[in-house]
Amino acid sequence: MKVLTANFITCAIKDCKASPKSFPLHFQNAELELQELEFQPDFLRHILPRIDWDSLRVTANELGFPSIPETKPEGEELNNEELLRNLHQLLLETQVMEGKLVCDNCGHEYMIKEGIANFLLPSHLV
Amino acid sequence: MSRPEEVLPPDLFYDDTESRKYTTSSRIRNIQSDMTHRALELLDLRTPSLILDLGCGSGLSGDILSQVPPDEGGPHVWVGMDISPSMLEVALQRDVEGDLLLADIGQGVPFRPGSFDAAISISAIQWLCNAETSDVSPESRLRRFFEGLYACLRRGGRAVCQFYPKNDAQRTMISGAAIKAGFGAGILEDDPGTKNSKLYLVLTVGGGGLEG
Ligand SMILES: [Zn+2]
Repeated sequence: MKVLTANFITCAIKDCKASPKSFPLHFQNAELELQELEFQPDFLRHILPRIDWDSLRVTANELGFPSIPETKPEGEELNNEELLRNLHQLLLETQVMEGKLVCDNCGHEYMIKEGIANFLLPSHLV
Repeated sequence: MSRPEEVLPPDLFYDDTESRKYTTSSRIRNIQSDMTHRALELLDLRTPSLILDLGCGSGLSGDILSQVPPDEGGPHVWVGMDISPSMLEVALQRDVEGDLLLADIGQGVPFRPGSFDAAISISAIQWLCNAETSDVSPESRLRRFFEGLYACLRRGGRAVCQFYPKNDAQRTMISGAAIKAGFGAGILEDDPGTKNSKLYLVLTVGGGGLEG
C-alpha cells in the first residue's frame, strides 16, 4: 500500500463510518520498499489540496519519515522541486509491503501482504 | 458460452488459471483496452488525476490510465479494488503502477469523502447482482457500492462503469441504485443491437446527468 492511498482509506466497518477515529488507519510492523516511479509534479500539485496533512504527518512518523513540514505546502512552495520530489517519494514511491493497518476506533486489523491490503470483511461486520 | 457471473462468484471464478487466461488472451485485452479508452473519453479528465478502478483485475485498464500522455491530461494515478486474489497476483507479476486492494466492492468503498477525481469500472458491476451468500441481497450490495462510491468522489467528479447486465431488469436495477445513491446517471450504448453492443453507465456527482 502506498502512503498516498493510506491518506484516503478509512476503516471499512459500518459502525466506524461516523467516528473520526476511523481515519487515518495506523500502520503496524510495516516493511517498506521503494518502488521508483516517474516524477509527476503536476499530479502532486493537483492532489496536495486534498491530502489530509495532519494524518500524513502521523503516517510518515509511523513509517519513520521524520522530516515532513509542519504545514501543508501551498502557493510558491509548490514550485520547490526538492520539496515535491520528497513528497513524490513519500506518497507514491514508498510501498508498505508487509504489515497491517489498524483502526483506532474498532481495533480491526487489515493485513498487508505483498503490498496488497486485505479489506475483505466477514459479513457480520459489513 | 455461459456468463462467468452465473457460474461462480468472481473470487472463485477468477482463480489462477482463469486470471492468466483473462490477462493473456489478446482478444480480451483488445476489448478491455477499447472499453477503457472509451471510458476515459467519457470521464473527460483535463489534468493528472487520482482514479479509483473498481474491479481492477490484473490491471489492464490501470496500465492505460498510467500511460495517458500529458497532452491528453495524464498520466493518472490509480487505486484498484478487486475481490480476486489470483487477478491481483497477476497484477503484481505485471508490475502495475497503481495501488491494489483486495476488497469486495459490494461491501462498500472505504475512502474518506471526496478522495477521488473519478472512477472507472470495466466489466465488473454486473457481479454485484449476484448474492453470494444467503444473508446479503443484490439490492443491499448495490446500495453499499453506490453510496460508498458517491461519497468518495469529489464534487463534480464522474464515474464510468462499462457493464454487462443480464437483462433489462438488471440494467434498471443497477442504474436505479446509482440514482438512489445521489448520482446523476445516464446509460450510453455503443453499437446498439449488435453482438458488440457495449453499455456504459455514466455517473456524475453534483447532478447534471449525462452531458451532450
Ligand atoms: Zn474500525
